[in-house]
Amino acid sequence: MLLQALRIALRSLKVNKLRTALTMLGIMIGVAAVIAMVSVGAGAQARVAEQIQSLGSNLIIVLSGSSNAAGVRLGQGSQTTITEDDASAIAREVPLVQVAAPSSRGNAQVVYGNLNWSTGIQGVTADYFEARDWPVEVGRPVLQEDVDGATKVALLGQTTALNLFGDADPIGQIIRIKKVPFTVVGLLSRKGQSSWGQDQDDVILIPLSTAKKKVLGVSQANARSVGSISIKIRPDEDMAEAETQIRALLRQRHRLQPYQDDDFWLRNLSEVLQTQEESSKVMTYLLAAIASVSLLVGGIGIMNIMLVSVTERTREIGLRMAVGARSRDILTQFLVEAVTLSLIGGVIGIALGIGGSNAISALAEWRTVLAPSAIVLAFGFAAAIGIFFGFYPARKASRLDPIEALRYE
Amino acid sequence: MAIIATEELGKDYHLGPHTVHALRGVSVSIEPGEFVAVMGPSGSGKSTFMNLLGCLDRPSAGRYWLDGQDVARLSRDQLATVRNAKIGFVFQMFNLLPRTSALENVELPLLYGGISSRERRQRGRARLQAVGLADREHHHPSQLSGGQQQRVAIARALVNDPAVILADEPTGNLDTRTSVEILALLQRLNRQGLTIVLVTHEPDIANYASRRLVFRDGRLRTDDHAEPLDAVEALKSLPEEDEAVA
Repeated sequence: MLLQALRIALRSLKVNKLRTALTMLGIMIGVAAVIAMVSVGAGAQARVAEQIQSLGSNLIIVLSGSSNAAGVRLGQGSQTTITEDDASAIAREVPLVQVAAPSSRGNAQVVYGNLNWSTGIQGVTADYFEARDWPVEVGRPVLQEDVDGATKVALLGQTTALNLFGDADPIGQIIRIKKVPFTVVGLLSRKGQSSWGQDQDDVILIPLSTAKKKVLGVSQANARSVGSISIKIRPDEDMAEAETQIRALLRQRHRLQPYQDDDFWLRNLSEVLQTQEESSKVMTYLLAAIASVSLLVGGIGIMNIMLVSVTERTREIGLRMAVGARSRDILTQFLVEAVTLSLIGGVIGIALGIGGSNAISALAEWRTVLAPSAIVLAFGFAAAIGIFFGFYPARKASRLDPIEALRYE
Repeated sequence: MAIIATEELGKDYHLGPHTVHALRGVSVSIEPGEFVAVMGPSGSGKSTFMNLLGCLDRPSAGRYWLDGQDVARLSRDQLATVRNAKIGFVFQMFNLLPRTSALENVELPLLYGGISSRERRQRGRARLQAVGLADREHHHPSQLSGGQQQRVAIARALVNDPAVILADEPTGNLDTRTSVEILALLQRLNRQGLTIVLVTHEPDIANYASRRLVFRDGRLRTDDHAEPLDAVEALKSLPEEDEAVA
């Protein structure tokens, strides 16, 4: 019977091809929009998730705070308030901390042969690689001996290596940083862009001690001071709790009174990114919701056309009833017709949505992720809309009085 | 046993505060093989009577046995099943499904009787042949003349082997010659044993039936038997012309 209803539905849809196509258009656009929009949103989410991955999860960064001299407050990092000793104290005294790596950063012109390149010079310790989840691709990392002996070794980021060496192997070569020769001992793996768009691979890592003595110079106020400490929290530990403990420890070490502001900055970057991820998730829902509206409008279009169709075919309905169609036969016939409309529209919409999502990623160069669940959901939604909006016209048809329907002009 | 038996059949319509007594107690009995013409001016109750006979409506009062079954108190869906099994309808406007082949039009009632598609096809073809349209089974109604369309409608009415054919002004939209041809077909089917009830307001048409029921003011006024005219004979006296014109 259902198969029969499907055949009748297809026939009546074929009779009015243009009307059928226009009715389907609403559902097509709705389904396509839902799929494309959700794929854009999912793409954004995936990007953020990747950034979190590249940043290294569980990372807290301590930065030197602002100075407050006679009421004049200078900016962040204007005073080198944190030290290597702070770093080792954090690693030692806060149990949630896996590793704490002090580092200092500056910029310098780097020369290799007849090429030169201005890049960030980061003075690091052996712990830095672990704290930042940043493996060495070729060669070796900075070792404890390098820091102890202030050796002149350097590791290149991918961007720096490309600019100084091109495709050549940089390992073992001598580069000059501020005229000081360094031996390249390693090449870092690619880290990609940071969440604020900075190229993290445009960097050279050298031992912290060497950096202070030869490249970046030493703070006159405190020879042990550093620019930042990268702290990795043990997996599955509470980041907020770790932050609280680190802040308390630093305040105690810096002898800050309760009324005084922190003289350092704590940055929990993964938290920032998680917020971003949340907001991109919200954006996905929002896009899907907006796209759903067009699906809804498409459904109303179906209802509209089905009502017209029922009126137009009143005599046909009367005849079918006269020759023995029961109410439910008529109901099924029109319901199947509405659902067929929405399902065919849905299938075409899925194709359009996939195509649209690919076009967006190709033309706008946005990352898009096609989620099968979104496709299934959009299709199911289309079917549900067919049933929902087809039901009223179908019921109206099934409740017609056969005598009046037969007489209808 | 009578194929149609009504007992004090009545039907009231409520139009706002007014009650219209469309049918005021009609008792009639129609035997198998009869060819009955139902006549009367508009408002006489003949349409209401036919709707009740056709199980399209339920009576307000009285009883109705169709082929031995009491159908006066059946539900909507039960009536649909009775219509499907026991009644063949022929309408003035033919009421064929547009853009649907003659054969599929004939098969339509079988669709709602749960008959397999193979048997539907078989029975549909047989009925089309019986009305002389075997060669037109794939034609759509728009490709057929009025007379041919009515023949398809008659084939459709026959396809379920109904107990009775109810024809409501079947010649109302046809020219004289075609009308007589359709009557000839009905007479032939009647002679083969089919019970036919035909509604008409034209005495000329009613003359081809063997029994006349005349309605007036919701009551049965006249019920007489008469020797019917022979449609085949009548055709001979009609000029051979415009057969194709509907």
